[in-house]
Amino acid sequence: MSADFSQDHFALFQLPRRFRIDAAQLDSAWRTAAAAAHPDRFAAAGDAEKRVALMQATRINEAYQTLKSPLARARYLLTLAGVDTAEETNTSMPPAFLMAQMEWRESIEDARHGKDVAALEALTAQLRGDVKALEEELATVLDDAPDHAAAALLVRKLRFLEKLDQEIGDAIEALLY
Amino acid sequence: MAYSDKLMDHYENPRNVGAFDKGDESVGTGMVGAPACGDVMKLQIKVNEEGVIEDAKFKTYGCGSAIASSSLVTEWVKGKSLDEALAIKNTEIAEELALPPVKIHCSILAEDAIKAAVADYKQKHAK
Repeated sequence: MSADFSQDHFALFQLPRRFRIDAAQLDSAWRTAAAAAHPDRFAAAGDAEKRVALMQATRINEAYQTLKSPLARARYLLTLAGVDTAEETNTSMPPAFLMAQMEWRESIEDARHGKDVAALEALTAQLRGDVKALEEELATVLDDAPDHAAAALLVRKLRFLEKLDQEIGDAIEALLY
Repeated sequence: MAYSDKLMDHYENPRNVGAFDKGDESVGTGMVGAPACGDVMKLQIKVNEEGVIEDAKFKTYGCGSAIASSSLVTEWVKGKSLDEALAIKNTEIAEELALPPVKIHCSILAEDAIKAAVADYKQKHAK
């Protein structure tokens, strides 16, 4: 088996380097690659070959997880382009976005205090819609009319929404169980 | 993880929670957010005619360290000039609260919030 560790994740699965990807194609490419590198196939191989196979299997899974998630995929595309998304350091989000974040937190808190699971589920549905809209914007600035700064900002916005999604999920879980 | 007494005190009894009227000429509002943890912080300063910060309020959604950091800086900025407020460094906040390394970004958020509030005030008064 050949293990080219210099390939990027898209090349590994023979996918075009784009934000819009065919999920079914990714899944099938991942399954094929994962089967080829499966440790069971190297049971009789030498130690060095086993090690390479294990590294390759790990890498295949990492690549798959990265490409499967829209947020991670966008971040990865930007990294390949040499752009830092500055998620750890950039705190200057647009005021209207931060205001909306405050309002989201207030709605979650109100619903949690009111033990209102239906309201929390409605918030989840609304949030999923917002996430979809941001992902469509990402597709535009990554694939159609490349704008790295705009894409990095969208990645940072999605990070906030990901966190909101977790918080709503935690609140629902706390009320139900 | 063991948190310092000062941090716990600011977290359990946060100072200066609330808001001023954003449209008030004497008020500067700073809003910042940390994508990595989803924390959002709004910090407001009320500045008198001598250019001294006479009051400050905050509202923070986030972890205990973020709340304690913003509570602490609202205490610190009171009585300071705008330039003195701008000189507050996140390292001083982190040191005062003995923030663990993974929570340093909370102090950065607080520093950025003051800077944003001062910038907002200055913009209002730039003629």
